[in-house]
Amino acid sequence: MSIVADATGRVLRSRLAAALTAPHGVDRYLELIDPMLAAHEVRARVVEITPETPGVATLTLQPTSTWRGHQAGQHVLVGADLPASAKRTTRAFSISSAASAPGERFTLTIRAHEEGQLSKFLVHEARPGQLLHLSQAQGDFVLTESPATPTNHRLLLITGGSGITPAMSMLRTLLRDGYDGHVGRKVTFLHFARSAEDQIFADELAAIADADNGVDVHLHHGDSLFSEFLLRRLVPDFRTTDTWLCGPPGLVELVTDAFGDSPRLRMEFFKPATARVGRGSDAVEGEVSFARSGVTTTNNGASLLEQAEAAGLKPDFGCRMGICFSCTARKTSGTVRNVLTGEESAAPDEDIRICVTTPAGDCHIDL
Amino acid sequence: MSTTTDEKTYHGLTHDQIESFGAELDAIRQRVIADLGQADRDYLLNILKWQRGLEITGRALFYLPPAWPIAVGALSVSKILDNMEIGHNVMHGQYDWMGDPDLNSRMFDWDTVCPGEQWKYSHNYIHHTYTNILGKDRDIGYGILRMDPDQKWNPYYLGNPVYAFLLMVFFEWGVALHDLEVEEIVAGRRTWKDTKHLHRGLIRKIRGQVLKDYLLFPALTGPLFPLTFLGNATANLVRNIWAFNIIFCGHFPAGVASFSEEETGINEGTETQGMWYLRQLLGSANIAGGKLFHVMSGNLSHQIEHHLFPDIPARRYPEIAEEVREICERYGLPYNTGPLHKQLFSVAKKICRLALPGGQPKEADVTGVAPAHPLAA
Repeated sequence: MSIVADATGRVLRSRLAAALTAPHGVDRYLELIDPMLAAHEVRARVVEITPETPGVATLTLQPTSTWRGHQAGQHVLVGADLPASAKRTTRAFSISSAASAPGERFTLTIRAHEEGQLSKFLVHEARPGQLLHLSQAQGDFVLTESPATPTNHRLLLITGGSGITPAMSMLRTLLRDGYDGHVGRKVTFLHFARSAEDQIFADELAAIADADNGVDVHLHHGDSLFSEFLLRRLVPDFRTTDTWLCGPPGLVELVTDAFGDSPRLRMEFFKPATARVGRGSDAVEGEVSFARSGVTTTNNGASLLEQAEAAGLKPDFGCRMGICFSCTARKTSGTVRNVLTGEESAAPDEDIRICVTTPAGDCHIDL
Repeated sequence: MSTTTDEKTYHGLTHDQIESFGAELDAIRQRVIADLGQADRDYLLNILKWQRGLEITGRALFYLPPAWPIAVGALSVSKILDNMEIGHNVMHGQYDWMGDPDLNSRMFDWDTVCPGEQWKYSHNYIHHTYTNILGKDRDIGYGILRMDPDQKWNPYYLGNPVYAFLLMVFFEWGVALHDLEVEEIVAGRRTWKDTKHLHRGLIRKIRGQVLKDYLLFPALTGPLFPLTFLGNATANLVRNIWAFNIIFCGHFPAGVASFSEEETGINEGTETQGMWYLRQLLGSANIAGGKLFHVMSGNLSHQIEHHLFPDIPARRYPEIAEEVREICERYGLPYNTGPLHKQLFSVAKKICRLALPGGQPKEADVTGVAPAHPLAA
């Protein structure tokens, strides 16, 4: 960042600037001039879209200067105003490029999910120039070692499907930063994909495997499932090797079984994009869990506000008829029905008015 | 639809009529909500652009003394847009569906001394739920004025016109202090301590607004400090006068009904959705005018539609109004509307009349289903 830009940033983030632009904030004025100007928020322009396999694309993003950079393995919340609905949809995506510095470009490698509106939009419809809203990079699934092995002794990365992206970021970071494996610190990269056609980063991984760098790449396609036997053959002392695991629930289960209670295994898994859809308008079933208070009750078909109160919680409420928005709460997953409109929604991380919303099946509310 | 003479009616309609009236309004609501999309988003973003553009223009022109009146005008319009078409409506949750955190009812705050958080409680919840129920809706007279004949007269109310004038001039302050229920504290029904949870938010918001308009921006114009100070004060005043008048015309012209807790059944939970709609309709009044006028009033010139559908984006009210009016005509219900000068005069008359004991009965001119019934003025 240049000295001028740095000084400008400092002025824009000053208390004076905040006082002058209260209550809206500096960013609300900067975005009028250029959406890529920001003092606090993070936004990005898509500068390039590269297809990987059918249904998977890598997006190169130029973030605003407010981007604080990322560590390999982290993810970012991406929000886009979808043209079809004019609604902003926000989802988490892992960053696939090597660790970035503040304001530096990075990439997301995204698979278009059948029911994932945002992933489908980003892979198939977005064009260079598309503006995205970002969070800072987040998550502690990062390339650090356990206190017992303060240097990169030996690393094991186990991934499945889209779970390859954070591991790819780690591998790319290691290689970019001069890792060459010549001091006996091997990296084992073990990945499972549905088929060879579904294998993303295939060329790059082949090149890495061929190079003299101490990285072992093992790609398994199709029916080849993870087994402890396979792992023991590749990394005999895997339980004491710093390991990063990211993949679908099936893989995660097998690997965690193999590792037992080893503290060396770190993992990240994403919840499915959509929850079970409700079954018809008169089905009353499932469990309602209020995440913050740790209370779970059996859905009795009443409004979420009434069910929360019956469970002994005291959520904020006002009109109890859906007009004042006092009771708005976040539904993290599950299908709910708006009793005013009859509309059902299964979108995760959605704000709902709990006084006029009933759950249709299992439902998780941040209350 | 037929009315049996012995059936008990509520404001001129039988139970069945009220429910079918409610169902027709529900249908409008459903249709509009299903249709929300890009046009609504673009509209709001466009208004925001105008508001911020005018604000910047106004603030910048204070460096150019001869342009002072233009600066004040631009800043006044900016504050009006910020408070009415943007702030009021966004904080009603009208744009929550867009999922934009900047335009979400829980995040947004407006350019007045009243903290959005507190206003949402007294307005979105109390006023919009208990609209025009005496003893429940604190917006009837705001604890200061006698705006309804059913408010018991006492000599204090001789000052009604003076209080109204002062409330108009200091409207944003009146709104800010509304939640403190100072009159309840004076009457000894509430203690200062009971309002403690409000103090911090109020002080923070007031400090921010005062600092910005009466110290920082004037100071930044150096020797022009007094002119800028005066300009900012004038813009706030213009906004206060405008907002006060639009809001009073929406609730207090002749023909607007008020309700008792008993008749609505609000305490027993017997008020149906249809009855609630009817109360909203009878308790509000519109102001007729052109498109620009509607935008500048935050579409609260369509107070009736706003009270029926407080969470629908206000830009939809004009299109809904045609249908609502037609429904009212079929049910023989009054649809209180008129040009600004007429509604203003009616409000002023009421403020003066109610300074004295007595006053007209509270019922609106409702006669029940009578297709040939002329629209009540």
